[in-house]
Amino acid sequence: MTLQTEPISINFGPQHPSTHGVFRMRVTFDGELIVDVEPVFGYLHRGSEKLAEERTYTQVVTLTDRMDYVASMTNNQAYILSVEKLAGIVPEPRGVWLRMIAAELQRIASHLVATGFLIQDLGALGTPLMYAMREREKILDLFEMMCGARITNSYLRPGGVFADAPDYFWQALRQFMDDIPGQVDEMEELLGSSEIILQRTKSVAVLKPGDMVNAGITGPMLRAGGVDWDLRHRNSYDYYDRVQFDRPLHHASDNFARYWVRIQEMRESIKIVEQCIKAIEPGPVRPKSVPFLVRPPKGDSYVGIECPKGELGFYLVSDGGVSPYRCHVRAPSLMNLTLLKEMLVGTYMADMFVSFGSTDINMGEVDR
Amino acid sequence: MPTFLDNSWFRNIYCNLVENDSARCASGGWFGDGILPNNLAWLAYTVAAFVICFAILNALLGSVIVYIWAWRRVFARFQRRSGPNRWGPFGMLTTVADAIKTMFKEDVVPAEADRLIFNIAPVLMVVPVFMVFAVIPFGAGTFFVDLNVGILFIIAVTSGSVLAVVMAAYGSANRVAIFSGMRSVALLMSYEIPMAISVIGAVMVAGSLSLGRIVEAQDVPFIIVMPLGFLVFAICALAESNQTPFDIAEAESELGSGYLNDYSSMKFGMFYLAEFAAGIAAAAIITTVFLSGWRGWWPIPSQFWFFGKMGAVLFGMMWIRFTWPRLRPDQVMGLAWKGLFELTLINLLSTGIMVAVFADEEAPGDLFSANELWIMAAVNWVVFVVSIWAIGKVLAPKPYRAAMLEAPVQLYPVGVDEMPAVKAAGAAD
Amino acid sequence: MAVAIRAFAPGAVASHYRDSVWVEPTEWLALATALRDRREFTFDLLNSISAVDYIGYFEVVYHLTSLRQNRSAVVKVKCGEGRKDPIVPSVVSVWRTADLQEREAYDLMGIRFEGHPNLKRIMLWEGFPGHPLRKDFVTYDQSVVPLEAQQAVAERKAQDGA
Repeated sequence: MTLQTEPISINFGPQHPSTHGVFRMRVTFDGELIVDVEPVFGYLHRGSEKLAEERTYTQVVTLTDRMDYVASMTNNQAYILSVEKLAGIVPEPRGVWLRMIAAELQRIASHLVATGFLIQDLGALGTPLMYAMREREKILDLFEMMCGARITNSYLRPGGVFADAPDYFWQALRQFMDDIPGQVDEMEELLGSSEIILQRTKSVAVLKPGDMVNAGITGPMLRAGGVDWDLRHRNSYDYYDRVQFDRPLHHASDNFARYWVRIQEMRESIKIVEQCIKAIEPGPVRPKSVPFLVRPPKGDSYVGIECPKGELGFYLVSDGGVSPYRCHVRAPSLMNLTLLKEMLVGTYMADMFVSFGSTDINMGEVDR
Repeated sequence: MPTFLDNSWFRNIYCNLVENDSARCASGGWFGDGILPNNLAWLAYTVAAFVICFAILNALLGSVIVYIWAWRRVFARFQRRSGPNRWGPFGMLTTVADAIKTMFKEDVVPAEADRLIFNIAPVLMVVPVFMVFAVIPFGAGTFFVDLNVGILFIIAVTSGSVLAVVMAAYGSANRVAIFSGMRSVALLMSYEIPMAISVIGAVMVAGSLSLGRIVEAQDVPFIIVMPLGFLVFAICALAESNQTPFDIAEAESELGSGYLNDYSSMKFGMFYLAEFAAGIAAAAIITTVFLSGWRGWWPIPSQFWFFGKMGAVLFGMMWIRFTWPRLRPDQVMGLAWKGLFELTLINLLSTGIMVAVFADEEAPGDLFSANELWIMAAVNWVVFVVSIWAIGKVLAPKPYRAAMLEAPVQLYPVGVDEMPAVKAAGAAD
Repeated sequence: MAVAIRAFAPGAVASHYRDSVWVEPTEWLALATALRDRREFTFDLLNSISAVDYIGYFEVVYHLTSLRQNRSAVVKVKCGEGRKDPIVPSVVSVWRTADLQEREAYDLMGIRFEGHPNLKRIMLWEGFPGHPLRKDFVTYDQSVVPLEAQQAVAERKAQDGA
């Protein structure tokens, strides 16, 4: 006798504990196996691109904070670089070093969150997440010293940053730099020594490198598939060509590889920050010649940077006025979801949110 | 062999009430004979039963409240938080406040729900857990009833909670809950079997199903005599009480509490209560069967020994729960059928052979002496190490690196220029 | 770049300025395939699709990157001359990235991508009036508040009259 079965479809989200925000998936199951996935976006759409058209170039910086609220500094950086390219501003060296420090600290913080949430998605009751968050708190404290804000920093300005970091920041940063390598080791040990984590993450949600490139997936996900593509290295913006760092690659392209790459990247970021601290010299943090009301000439510019989640690009069109004529964001979180269906179909329900979380999604950026 | 009611609290209360029942009260009660004449023995029986039920329920509710408080405090310590610390000393009254709040919340029943089943499920969830405590000896002479089939009773009663979970899942008419219910059934059914078989080792050595007798037999705690049995039983107890890494039914990060999804107010409170009471029950059973129950050294009273050991077991369970991730459902089933089932059979075999060797033909009721138990322990530890190693070999997944080497992934061509050093892959393995 | 394209597809390039190349919409799909596959281009990564409303016409901007050669290019497609019916062939079959980005451009700018398998609104709900990133879109602030203010004024007048 054969039992007659039929697939069952369930809505996950937008209010679900593991959707990393307000994301909704319409998933069809055959037993525990996923047979179809349909993502539904837009629950956090705030029309940032439209809002940007009504604000001055400096005011738009605050909008970029709210896109990927886990990595505000890199959002600022991408936007500012695009504005600088558009307006032809040459930034001050100290400002550039400062924003590189900020961006790399932000990368560590973002990867910590991603790694912590992996273990959370795997079903641990939050303890590993708390340990990741503890380190992130220290980074947020550093940001607070730098610019007075913890999450929505708005620290960067065209030509550099808006204020120099105070003296006590450097002491705190030194302290942090002494602590963090041990914490990253601890994190890696936690991830790599738990048999349950290895069994759950290895060989799950494997993507082919060629497919990933075709689908525009960038960042740690792509490097976990063995594609050596890092914009900091390939298309050096700021002073990334003056620092030495490796690009960790993994070949498995599964959930474990993605997190392995993230943890290794934290180490590389630490290296970069160390070099930035050595290289930074006293001086102004933004050129005096840049007015507060930037009026770039007519034209357009696109700058993509390597943000913690992938390539974050800002396409700005100027009509010569004080505000962008058009501001389009190339959001890595959204692009990385292109292959969501390919990733999830054929895996088990329990792995659904782990694979989904391994793209390191942030709904603020997806919906903007 | 102890009789049905010998020296239990039930018997003491009964014998203090009834006037003349030489069959059941050979030496009378604590205060001599009672006042009720013999033809009102049924009344004494009923009163005793009510008193016992009242005592069990309240003691258990109280201990659950303390346990939840301790759970949250320990959890907070694990996470470097301070936990509940506002209400009462060290926040001890937080749970009480929570319980009161839960009672006053609105009780929502989904429109599509099967109301009868939906409402009965929480009750059915709580009852079996509480029934377990009827047969557990908390100390020397401190037990409610010493059933001669005690361990069988426990296994029979606890499997009833499957029904409650399925009813809750079905009754809420919620697809996520249905998933959770199916998972729960598969999990509990699978783990009942190794659990029951692993207990049989202890039963064979003790020569009885009675929990009191099992405690008496433990001149050497059974955790030392049969480590394999303890391991399997502890894992199964974790699974039965829905703890990480086996909490696939609740699965907060996937199903968002699963079958509890649609419950609110005190119905949810009852599930919550049952969950924590099940944890206590599991710890109590482990303590009784494998950690020599209330036995300890003078001058600390036996009750303290029992609760101390139980607390240690609970702490171990909490530790696992707070730190471990969850297994996938198929891995959970695989562990039960491919790993634990074999291990428990090995344990049964080795213990059974030794029981047959050491058994005294002339005095069938005798317990094994400590020396005999130590010899058994030595043999069982060898079996334990060998079988764990062997099962680990068989069950271990293919190593990552080997699999990678067999099928090297083609690197995607990037850049024609010469690139600086690239960190090698897979160095973490 | 424009020279290289003209070498095999003479009719495709409409004009070029600095690193940007304007392409005829009708030729775009064939050209996209060529840009991805031909050895001299190998633009395997489509970074971004942006749609811009230039009042008189719409422009869809494609930022392409070649991982193999480590260089990038900008391709622009003009469409909807006179703000009427902007249609661009979809490149989902060439680059999967285009899937979500074209949906976004359709949703917010109202550009129809022909051949897209699932061209639905992505950020906004079905039935949302208009496409908000267009320059002629009347925002809530501009439309509703003055109306309310008008009503308030009218009410006050009516009360005064009474």
